[in-house]
Amino acid sequence: MKTAARPASLSPKWVNQWLMHWTAKPLLFAGGCLPAIWLIWSAVNDQLGANPAEALIRSLGDWSLRFLVIVLLVTPVRTWAGWPALARMRRMAGLFVFFYASLHLLAYAWFDMEFVWGAVVDDVLKRPFILVGVMAWVLLLSMAATSFDRVIRAMGAQRWRWLHRSVYAVAALAVLHFFWMRSGKNDFAEVAVYAAILTSLLGWRVWRSFMRTPSPAAKRPSR
Amino acid sequence: LSGARSGVAGASTVEAITSYQHASTYNNFYEFGTDKADPARRAGTLKTRPWTVAVEGLINKPQTLDLDDLLKLSPMEERIYRLRCVEGWSMVIPWVGYSLSALIKQVQPQGSAKYVEFITLADPTMMPGIRSNVLQWPYVEGLRLDEAMHPLSMLTFGMYGEVLPNQNGAPVRLVVPWKYGFKSGKSLVKIRFTEKQPSTSWNLSAPQEYGFYSNVNPDVSHPRWSQATERRIGEEGGLLAKRRKTLMFNGYEPQVGQLYAGMDLKKHY
Repeated sequence: MKTAARPASLSPKWVNQWLMHWTAKPLLFAGGCLPAIWLIWSAVNDQLGANPAEALIRSLGDWSLRFLVIVLLVTPVRTWAGWPALARMRRMAGLFVFFYASLHLLAYAWFDMEFVWGAVVDDVLKRPFILVGVMAWVLLLSMAATSFDRVIRAMGAQRWRWLHRSVYAVAALAVLHFFWMRSGKNDFAEVAVYAAILTSLLGWRVWRSFMRTPSPAAKRPSR
Repeated sequence: LSGARSGVAGASTVEAITSYQHASTYNNFYEFGTDKADPARRAGTLKTRPWTVAVEGLINKPQTLDLDDLLKLSPMEERIYRLRCVEGWSMVIPWVGYSLSALIKQVQPQGSAKYVEFITLADPTMMPGIRSNVLQWPYVEGLRLDEAMHPLSMLTFGMYGEVLPNQNGAPVRLVVPWKYGFKSGKSLVKIRFTEKQPSTSWNLSAPQEYGFYSNVNPDVSHPRWSQATERRIGEEGGLLAKRRKTLMFNGYEPQVGQLYAGMDLKKHY
């Protein structure tokens, strides 16, 4: 019997079937590319306002944060909504975080620093908020570089999982980066929104692992 | 609102003028919000008439001037100034107004007056940004008396041949072209002459970042970014336009350099 409360279109079965369908990945991939396409179109057509470089750099930063939220939503949503097949999309979402963060860094180095590498190094060392952003990107790079099946097998699941937990460090660093950037204007409303979302997503994981941890007596001896 | 071409030295740069569109939609005027698009969107609520400016403190002739008195106080001039924001961008704007010194001479400062304090309107009914605690309201800025008396310091009522749009500081604002833009208070309601250096809003908010002088200086970095270069808004080439080298005193060194003779500008930033 169908549950009346849940709309048919959102029933786990339907969504799961679609997520397993061959169209799901290309469509979600296209969706992830839309912000970049829109930004490039706006830049080429001079639609980025009075200070296009600033608008571009900041939008790319915003999209990095949004995809970070999306990738951390995958597991909770899978569990709550009962869409296990969503796990198939997690690697792509993670790579989109890396993609937008890389464009963000590239746009900064290009339009703010004009590829004067000495100035970039000075800036990274001088401004903690830039340093924190670069650290987050380096962690994303390490995760992106180890996101291939072959590398995962070579590393072993244990070590791979350990490395990829650094996504939580990325979340903390990204929020700190954003917080410091906005501190000049004492304007923390948006920062607080991202911090609250990321904290609750992290909090949910802590809560879940706490609930799952069996009592010491029931623990099996480790291998 | 039109003005005759100014005869003041340095008052008419021949650089390409920033478009009115950019100059009136990319603004820092926190009383209307901290986003640069906020002032143009939200400053419609500002009522600029009736408007008075109280002039008080260490002067022989304290007075409250109506906007019409101020408009008639001295002949209007058009001056094309570079504007350098502390955030690292710049514009070139044709302002309409006259030297602040004309007003100062009229109110006759006493010998003890060393500084001039400029106080901006802080009316929460017209200015939605006042509700936030970004800065201490009202917004206060200040100059040394000799800086205020410099002919380039301008009491401004218009731009691009028109009355100032609200978002640019209507109906009357200050323009001090050799200092970072935040030194030039908008929508002024009070001018006070003091013996002690006034406490200014940005200096109170972040003293290590915003000094009292805040002269444009490519050699003194902001703690969070370099001031060596700037992005000229609306520059040919758009996104790919090269940043410009920032000039000492925003290029007004020949005119104002002597005001700071012997001063350590790294200390008095």
